[in-house]
Amino acid sequence: MILGIDTSLGSAVAVVEPDGVIRSQVESADPRGHAEVIGTLIERALAEASVSPSEITQVAAGMGPGPFTGLRVGIAAARTFALGRGVPVVPVVSHDAVALELLLHTALTADWGYAAGYENDTEETFAVVTDARRREFAYTLYRGLDDDGLPVRATEPALTPRDDLDALLAHAGADRRDADRIPAAMLALAAARALGAGRRIGPADALYLRSPDVTLPHAPKRVYL
Amino acid sequence: MNRAEPLVLGIETSCDETGIGIVRGRTLLSNTIASSMDEHARYGGVVPEVAARAHLEALQPSIEAALAESGVGLADLDAVAVTSGPGLAGALMVGVGAAKALSVSLEKPLYAVNHLVGHIAADILDADATPLEYPTVALLVSGGHTSLLLVRDLTTDVELLGETMDDAAGEAFDKVARLLGLPYPGGPEVDRAAAAGDPKAIAFPRGLSRASDMARHRYDFSFSGLKTAVARWVEQRQAAGEPVPVADVAASFREAVVDVLVTKALAACRDHGVPRLLLGGGVIANRRLRDVALERAEAEGVTVRIPPLSLCTDNGAMIAALTSELIMSGRPPSTLEFGADSTLPVTEIQVAESA
Ligand SMILES: [Zn+2]
Repeated sequence: MILGIDTSLGSAVAVVEPDGVIRSQVESADPRGHAEVIGTLIERALAEASVSPSEITQVAAGMGPGPFTGLRVGIAAARTFALGRGVPVVPVVSHDAVALELLLHTALTADWGYAAGYENDTEETFAVVTDARRREFAYTLYRGLDDDGLPVRATEPALTPRDDLDALLAHAGADRRDADRIPAAMLALAAARALGAGRRIGPADALYLRSPDVTLPHAPKRVYL
Repeated sequence: MNRAEPLVLGIETSCDETGIGIVRGRTLLSNTIASSMDEHARYGGVVPEVAARAHLEALQPSIEAALAESGVGLADLDAVAVTSGPGLAGALMVGVGAAKALSVSLEKPLYAVNHLVGHIAADILDADATPLEYPTVALLVSGGHTSLLLVRDLTTDVELLGETMDDAAGEAFDKVARLLGLPYPGGPEVDRAAAAGDPKAIAFPRGLSRASDMARHRYDFSFSGLKTAVARWVEQRQAAGEPVPVADVAASFREAVVDVLVTKALAACRDHGVPRLLLGGGVIANRRLRDVALERAEAEGVTVRIPPLSLCTDNGAMIAALTSELIMSGRPPSTLEFGADSTLPVTEIQVAESA
């Protein structure tokens, strides 16, 4: 049983069976307040799934990209939950969860013509786009699912000024898919598929994509004379 | 839950130290600290985002190290404890998120507590000391805070008498060190430079110590005026083309800080008829502060307690120790409904206590 935790946008927690059956998914859309809600969300996700903490065998952690302060809360929580149960953490790129949801939805609703296109490997490229604050977007380009059922990243997560995004995507021939939530169940499902395939799909450290804001001190300012 | 001698793991991430402590009752089993101080050195002070990133990296290895040192398994714990505030918001949130998930994962109660009161609780872990007596005045001095407290009971009754209106004392040391071309952190550097200096060489001002200030700010502190006075004095020397006597400036500055801290702490003891003073916080590592406090307190018949210095800087053991006291006094755990509170008042010893 896989616990998925992501706080890269709002806060989301889910419990998913290893074969992909979603047992629960709870979330708070609040783009702040991750530390306030994280404990309650984990508790609720377990309760709604009728699963005890000891039944969790892996914890999927959304590694971002996302605003730092919130992002860290979920990663810290995923790591200590896993530590408490002695089970591994499976890091997942948060955008992968969005991409997986979009691709599964497409697969379910596609008509025969599209499915044929899919088979012929001519599927569309699309960009998962999330708010990165400071007039920037975080985006990742995807193209279809691979043989393990995992979304194929055409480019790694990156930041771009908001005004530049559309031109950039037009150039890449990618559809823009804005996301304002990360589906934690899809995060856990991506982790399940990666585990099944024996693959590592996410980075060990948070995807900050930005250096901390700091200015090196100058020589002491003259105050008074 | 074992309420007689609870086994508690404490998580502290309010500033630049990732502290994990494990205590059993009043016995210290581990005080594991990972500091990001070196990463802040080039900036001359703690950078909140750098500190928060370092907490996320250090947290899990620190918990594992504390467990290994104490020979305790997570399943043996009676409770998990965490600092809810005061401190840097982004840094606190890492500890809060981690503590909540650990508590849910282990199905163990969680206690969210006050960092400043934790500094007082550090004293309880001193195996060689006599039990803490009440009431006591507590002076907490660090790079993040300068507070004067009246402690009637550690778990139920702590009153804020006064605090700094601007810089913390430790911050003043850092800023004056930079002014004198000394590296970060400034405390030990200024101390070293002051060793050869004359503390009476320059009469630097004592903040909020004039009669007119004493009515409203009897127990409050201010160090930004002192820092400016040092800057002005140094600049005037430089402008006149004269060498700056670094040792004398350092010694006179340090004396001004120490004098104001000790004077106000002892005034609080006198005014409240409390012959006991407890010192805490990282700046207590300053020997001159300890010496002056001990000497002047003795002259006034005040007993001074100083926890081991390893427990004076920010650490998780003090958070575990405070929680252990809360549990032994029968207090229920916190709910999961709390966050990081960067300005948590000292009167809130435990937050989100369940009904
Ligand atoms: Zn402190």
